[in-house]
Amino acid sequence: MLSAVPAWVFGALALVSGALVFRLDSMAKVTFALLASFLFVAGEVLLLGLGYLGVVLVLMMVMEMVIMVVFMIMYMMNPAGLMPMAMFHNTRGSAAIAGGIFIALTVGIFLVDWPARAGRPPADSTLALGESLMGGQMLTMMTLGLALFATIVASVVLATHRGRYDRFGDDLRADHPDDPIPGGVGR
Amino acid sequence: MTEVPLWSLAVLPAVLGAATIVAIAFDVALSARAGGRAASLTEVVVVPLREAVRLLVGQRRVTTAADRVLWRTGVVTVPVIALLAALVLPLGGVAVADLGVGVVWFNAMEILAWAAVWMAGWGPNSVLSLVGGYRFVAQGLAYELPHMFALISAATAAGTLRVGGIVEAQSGVWFVVWMPVAFVVYLLSAVAMAFRGPFDAPTGRDLAGGAVEELSGVDRLVFQGGRWLLLVVAVAMSVPLFLGGGHGPLLPPWLWTVLKTAAVLAAVLWLRRKFPTVRMDRFAEIAWVVLIPLTILQALAVGVLVLTW
Amino acid sequence: MSLELFLVIGAGLLAIGLFGALTQQSVVMLMMGLELMLNGVIVAAAAFWYYVAPGTADGQVLIVVVITAMAVEMAMGFAVVTAIFRARDVDMTDMAADLKE
Repeated sequence: MLSAVPAWVFGALALVSGALVFRLDSMAKVTFALLASFLFVAGEVLLLGLGYLGVVLVLMMVMEMVIMVVFMIMYMMNPAGLMPMAMFHNTRGSAAIAGGIFIALTVGIFLVDWPARAGRPPADSTLALGESLMGGQMLTMMTLGLALFATIVASVVLATHRGRYDRFGDDLRADHPDDPIPGGVGR
Repeated sequence: MTEVPLWSLAVLPAVLGAATIVAIAFDVALSARAGGRAASLTEVVVVPLREAVRLLVGQRRVTTAADRVLWRTGVVTVPVIALLAALVLPLGGVAVADLGVGVVWFNAMEILAWAAVWMAGWGPNSVLSLVGGYRFVAQGLAYELPHMFALISAATAAGTLRVGGIVEAQSGVWFVVWMPVAFVVYLLSAVAMAFRGPFDAPTGRDLAGGAVEELSGVDRLVFQGGRWLLLVVAVAMSVPLFLGGGHGPLLPPWLWTVLKTAAVLAAVLWLRRKFPTVRMDRFAEIAWVVLIPLTILQALAVGVLVLTW
Repeated sequence: MSLELFLVIGAGLLAIGLFGALTQQSVVMLMMGLELMLNGVIVAAAAFWYYVAPGTADGQVLIVVVITAMAVEMAMGFAVVTAIFRARDVDMTDMAADLKE
């Protein structure tokens, strides 16, 4: 059966590191505080018997946060937090909204009569997920795949400022693309 | 595959540490041979030990406005993730924890190296060391996807993510026979992961040491030792994934595992001296334009074979 | 140790993330708030799967969807920040507000 102590500890740590994200000065520390919050949530997911999703969460979030930290350092002023400064707006209103929503959700959580447990956890939750994604939820999986592909195209289009005319010249006749970073294939 | 009791948690670091020391000694011997002379046994054993002791008693360098929390975290994370990844590493049918999602666990732990090296580069508030950290992130983006497809090939062929199951699936034909591309790419990415050999740009001499530039004393020992440990663990994992684990005639499984690991490790250490350092911008294009399509084709071939055969 | 505990943790993460998303001036920090909100959703989805409907894999599929949403959100967010920064040299939501004029 699940043990309550690690669930409480992971939950509390996830909340604390989540709060630290908006308290720390250094952008690098902020990003890794967010990563810590994700890792503790992955711990909760593992505790709930979802081995595959918990580990994949660790995998995804580490990659995502390391990429995020590069952007944090690139775009934020004061990346190392050496000059304390405030970057908030509308703190009081936001606190009221966030606090109100938390209270409303908590009240709801304890008032709602949650349905009784239906079924038992499968012996291998990874297998169950795979069969579901490749069976009944195939449409979900395909939609996710399309969404990810659209994201790749859209983000490259948005982020780059160089088109084929910059790379191959005005008449597109250059033998080699004129790239700022040459690459290794030797085109 | 049997799991062993909890005390094996203490044995694992000792075994891996011993393997790492042997690997370092072998590397020192290779260095001496590259220098045109035969290395004596005392030199091979004494030089690394003396260096370790020197680092242990050495003083820590202090830099201005260093981010100590992230710096220390990054340094300690390197050996820790190597050990955590090794939890699923079987030694002839015995692993500390034969997790149901072993392959994914291994991958998740080694990805933490990205965060670790970046933090170690960021921490000391020094330009060259931060450049080294960034170089490793760029290198990581290059090697990680081919690496994942190589892992997927092995897991697909066995029909399980459990490392023990992958070993059992190779009782007949080893996976290296019908997925040679995945095997080679796996070893490439294992070396890149530990930023050794031709992939040592993150700690390159042009950066005066890069990510390890400001590390001194016990920090340097932990970080560099962790790097070696990571290399040994990553290379050792190729044995259960592609080389049949403990399967082999006559000898007991654990001995086969040790022999195969030693052979692959020696080959990797010898081969990596044959190539100059690869810049990560070049490696990135090679990885994305050549290696990813190759490994996808490999995974496709494996998938088709599994379905039809 | 119950469904309520996990849901309260999820609600807490959602509230913290919402606070961050509303207060932060920088676009990148705003995205961190959004990610924290999704983090809370993951806890809640995993808890619902375990305590309410472990027989089917729908709860797990929901987590997969949320993880994908996070990846998409981050990729598009950084692409937009890069585009805005390149065009106007700003990275703050307040400064980008004159886009509407």
